[in-house]
Amino acid sequence: MRITRVAALAAAATLALGMTACGGDDAGEGTGAGSKSFAAGTTMERLNKAQSIKIGTKFDQPGFGQKGLSGKPEGFDVEVAKIIVKELGIPEDKIEWVEAPSKVREDVIVNGTVDFVAATYTINDKRKERIAFAGPYYEAGQNIMVKKDDTAITGPDSFKDGTKKVCSVTGSTPAEEIKKYVKDVATQLVLFDTYDKCRDALKGGQVDAVTTDNVILLGYIAKDEASFKLAGDNFTKEPYGIGVKKEDTDFRTFINDTLEKAFADGSWKKAWDDTAGKFGAELGDAPTVNRY
Amino acid sequence: MSVLIDRFDVFAGGFWLTLQICVLAALGALILGAVVAVLRISPVPPLRAVGTGYVNVFRNMPLTVVMFFAAFGLPALGSNADFLRIPGLDVVFSRLGTDLPYFRFALIALVLYTAAFVCEALRSGVNAVPPGQAEAARSLGLTFGQNLRYVVLPQSWKASIVPLGSVIIAMIKNSALVGFFGVVGDLSQTADQLTSAEGYAFVPVAIGISIGYLIMTVPLGAFLDRIEKRQAVAR
Repeated sequence: MRITRVAALAAAATLALGMTACGGDDAGEGTGAGSKSFAAGTTMERLNKAQSIKIGTKFDQPGFGQKGLSGKPEGFDVEVAKIIVKELGIPEDKIEWVEAPSKVREDVIVNGTVDFVAATYTINDKRKERIAFAGPYYEAGQNIMVKKDDTAITGPDSFKDGTKKVCSVTGSTPAEEIKKYVKDVATQLVLFDTYDKCRDALKGGQVDAVTTDNVILLGYIAKDEASFKLAGDNFTKEPYGIGVKKEDTDFRTFINDTLEKAFADGSWKKAWDDTAGKFGAELGDAPTVNRY
Repeated sequence: MSVLIDRFDVFAGGFWLTLQICVLAALGALILGAVVAVLRISPVPPLRAVGTGYVNVFRNMPLTVVMFFAAFGLPALGSNADFLRIPGLDVVFSRLGTDLPYFRFALIALVLYTAAFVCEALRSGVNAVPPGQAEAARSLGLTFGQNLRYVVLPQSWKASIVPLGSVIIAMIKNSALVGFFGVVGDLSQTADQLTSAEGYAFVPVAIGISIGYLIMTVPLGAFLDRIEKRQAVAR
């Protein structure tokens, strides 16, 4: 009799313990090591077990990834990254944000400094040679910002006559794109390390226009509607993707699945409305994930 | 490493632009530095104060800050540095005459900053001349200008040439900053261009631009060593 009693007690205790464990899990919204099951040996399993993740994003991009007084970056890229992290079963406060300015984005992925990069990262073939992209999760387009009273610049073709000067950021895709339109790079193109400097140069009259992705320009226009406006429509399509290691197809597929889920359940839209959407930028329809 | 061969034209273009800005800045800094040095050793106290003030301001400010003032302060004051569009000179150094002022702004910053060091290098040379030389010249009835020109400066030159060379070498390396202040296509900005826009790995590109700077600085250093040796014989 005594033995059965002990056994029953033990069983009850195990059950109770098991239930507490379950309860704990629920409170953390499905986070914790082993909270989600992934195939052994995948990046997802490793990250879930480690319960920590490093993400590269921009710290100076209004609306997408900007580090403010809170000390944490905020923006659309950051929110999208959080959706992915949640799907991995890792709590938000276990994310280590790493600054990934344009020129080191490939390097931090290849060297393994970060687990993935979400940093207004335009998908293009040159970059695909070194890393792989999941997504896109947003489709931006290049546009031109001019002074409010400027009527001479109506689109990229306005730079072809060789008199108008334009500013962009060193090494960015928009800077390369606008080179196709300017007549003489040495006399027409200025490149700075941040768009803030371009805006100052536009305000000071050293340049006639600033060009980059529409959302970034809208961020500046929202702050100073009296001074600036967009000249014409977007003239390129810039699909933003998530950068991962080139050979890590499983992780890429996982992120693609997560993004599609986020498109469908509205968390993607909410992420936009909370961040870049505040500047009045249009989100548009969900882009089609490209599983190349 | 194939980037060094594939994109040799980009490196060469960057090298050429950096060389241009260095030659112009070295000329400007040597001239301005000499003027400031003369002010600092002049017998007139207010002129000395101006010279000392100049050196104190520009030698003690980070170059980045000077660059900021030049690239963003001058436009705020309404200047595009158009006085640097020197006819004739802008044929060789085409960037001097463009509508975009950033090459001129960067040049101004480099010259102002380096001139303070040039001044001190020259002055240390002047101080190395035994005071008896200047006193003897004065007692012969030479004016301050004649004194400097015929007696003090020819002797001081020998003592200042080596520190002066170091200042110019430092300036060449400092010129790497200009790419971050709106000058497109200099050697260090080329690295940005190749790594972030065209996706090349950083290390080979960095090796490439390092070679570019070494091509400018190593011969200059060797030349200085030579001068130093000859000077040792002359003494």
